[in-house]
Amino acid sequence: MVTYIIRRLIGAVIMLLIVSMATFAIFFLVPQLAGATPEGMASRYVGRTATAETAKLAAERLGFNDPLVVQYGRFVKGIVAGAEYDYGPGVEECPAPCLGYSFITRQPVFPDLMNRLPITLSLAIGAAVIWVVMGVGIGVLSALRRGSVFDRAAMTVALAGVSLPIFFTGLVSLLVFSYGNPFSFAAQGGHYTTFLDSPSQWAYNLLLPWITLAFLFAATYARLTRAGMLETMNEDYIRTARAKGLRESTVVTKHGLRAALTPILTVFGLDFGLLIGGAVLTESAYSLPGLGKYAIDAIVNQDLPKVMGVTLLAALFVVVASLIVDLLYAVVDPRVRLA
Amino acid sequence: MSFLELKDLKIHFPTDDGLVKSVDGLTFSLERGSTLGIVGESGSGKSVTSLGILGLHKGGHARISGEIWLDGEELVSASQEHVRGLRGKKMAMIFQDPLSAMHPYYTVGDQIVEAYRIHHSVSKKVARKHAIDMLGRVGIPEPGRRVDAYPHEFSGGMRQRAMIAMALSCDPELLIADEPTTALDVTVQAQILDLMRDLQREFNSALIIITHDLGVVAELSDDILVMYGGKCIEYGAAEDIFYRPEHPYTWGLLGSMPRLDRERTERLMPIKGSPPSLINIPPGCAFHPRCPYSDRTQGKADTEVPALLETEGGHLVRCHLPREERRSLWENEIKPMLETT
Repeated sequence: MVTYIIRRLIGAVIMLLIVSMATFAIFFLVPQLAGATPEGMASRYVGRTATAETAKLAAERLGFNDPLVVQYGRFVKGIVAGAEYDYGPGVEECPAPCLGYSFITRQPVFPDLMNRLPITLSLAIGAAVIWVVMGVGIGVLSALRRGSVFDRAAMTVALAGVSLPIFFTGLVSLLVFSYGNPFSFAAQGGHYTTFLDSPSQWAYNLLLPWITLAFLFAATYARLTRAGMLETMNEDYIRTARAKGLRESTVVTKHGLRAALTPILTVFGLDFGLLIGGAVLTESAYSLPGLGKYAIDAIVNQDLPKVMGVTLLAALFVVVASLIVDLLYAVVDPRVRLA
Repeated sequence: MSFLELKDLKIHFPTDDGLVKSVDGLTFSLERGSTLGIVGESGSGKSVTSLGILGLHKGGHARISGEIWLDGEELVSASQEHVRGLRGKKMAMIFQDPLSAMHPYYTVGDQIVEAYRIHHSVSKKVARKHAIDMLGRVGIPEPGRRVDAYPHEFSGGMRQRAMIAMALSCDPELLIADEPTTALDVTVQAQILDLMRDLQREFNSALIIITHDLGVVAELSDDILVMYGGKCIEYGAAEDIFYRPEHPYTWGLLGSMPRLDRERTERLMPIKGSPPSLINIPPGCAFHPRCPYSDRTQGKADTEVPALLETEGGHLVRCHLPREERRSLWENEIKPMLETT
């Protein structure tokens, strides 16, 4: 078990290194390959009115002329120990962990990300609770009543949920359930109150985004759970459980669902990890200033350090999530502990 | 009335392709302390019968008719909840493949504890002690340590022992073993069969062994029931079936048994063809397409379903051939062939 954990931890660290290299390569190597000069890249950092001379100086000071390996080393060092950006007219501080510095807003990226994270986290956690409860519940019922009206109706709705894009369901639900409509029960988009300020207002503002996001995922989870349950309920050990004289409800939950949930755990870990790196579509549809919205705005403004920072953070979440899933897997399935 | 009695039990499954008559009019009885072997090929209805006795087809799509009497109680008409209460306590089952029949996520001990606590309101501690006790009784070394192992950490034989411990944890009066040794090594098979015989004596339970292996039933059974196409085609004391079998299908089963006392150059005598589909059971005698003697029945073989008739002293046979002809075929043709050395 200990070796299993150590192996997974080492794997996660290696994965993070690879991810950071890949991200770095996308933002620094690819432009070079595409023909961008160090001066051209530096010109993004010194403003549009800068002369060629200023750009050249900035490129020199910011180290764009150094070999890429050196630049990457400097970048990693910034994450660990912080960095200073000397662009000529002045020096900008970027304390550790420095994921980059935006010369457009004149802010280090990392504090920005930390300000946005609670919003995305609130959105993801609330939605996750709804979609897991709904998705798994509906999936189990569908599997147990396979072929029934309930099953067919649920799977049709699930198909819709999987197929409809969030910017559609999000806008439609805003139209129907908000903006003072007769069915209105939820807040309009663009509002966010922190949980600590007012839990009820927090939930009220997020209710519609939660439901929209959960609808998409609940549909997937219902289908996954249904398929998993149909498979496990045919296993020999289910027959054994029944032969022992267990109540059917115990057979379904303790023996059936327990086994069927294992693959869902994997999917959930990755989905959740991906989501807290920014629920781009939902945040855009509801104008929630989370990480996803931050990434979109940064892309629109061509603010590369921000894009890179958000990408790295999102990658970190996915790697950590899959690490947690791996470890949980060993807790859930004793057969994994041997491996 | 016997401890267990089946009267004209029918278990049919409606499917899109037609009605599957898995068990089609099965009648037999069994006393406490005695053993019945049910023999037949895959798809002959053996396992469906055993699951039917346990009431595990209730609430599904199966159409069940006939009667199952267990210790004076009729089970086919009993409520699902009532039969559930009997399962595990009054009647228990051992399954074929103990690896897939035990839940991979729970320890062996937990699974035995669970089986025990359904029917006994005792603390977990007491149940755990009982589980260790049971594991020791089925011959698992160091039961106090092994109780916390998972099924995949056991060997095949150990797993089957654990499965038996689980089935016996509530001291059932009827024990059904469905192919209990099929998934095991030959050496382990003998141990498990010995164990089952010893435990049956100790608990004085009625035992049904379901198998396709006549060698297994020869070890244990008092009576043997041969099934074919969902019906009983021969039934009798074990000696009758082994030494005076009268149905050509039983002859075939005996002929396909590998034996060490036969010369190696001798070929096995397999039964031609394959078991019938339970949706389209051949008309007349279900075995007639594979029967080498079907032409001797004056055309009755493919038109009339033969009745299950007593030939003598509790030995029942379902065959159109006249009794004398069956006997002479066995004595003059089949037996010498099986006995050639």
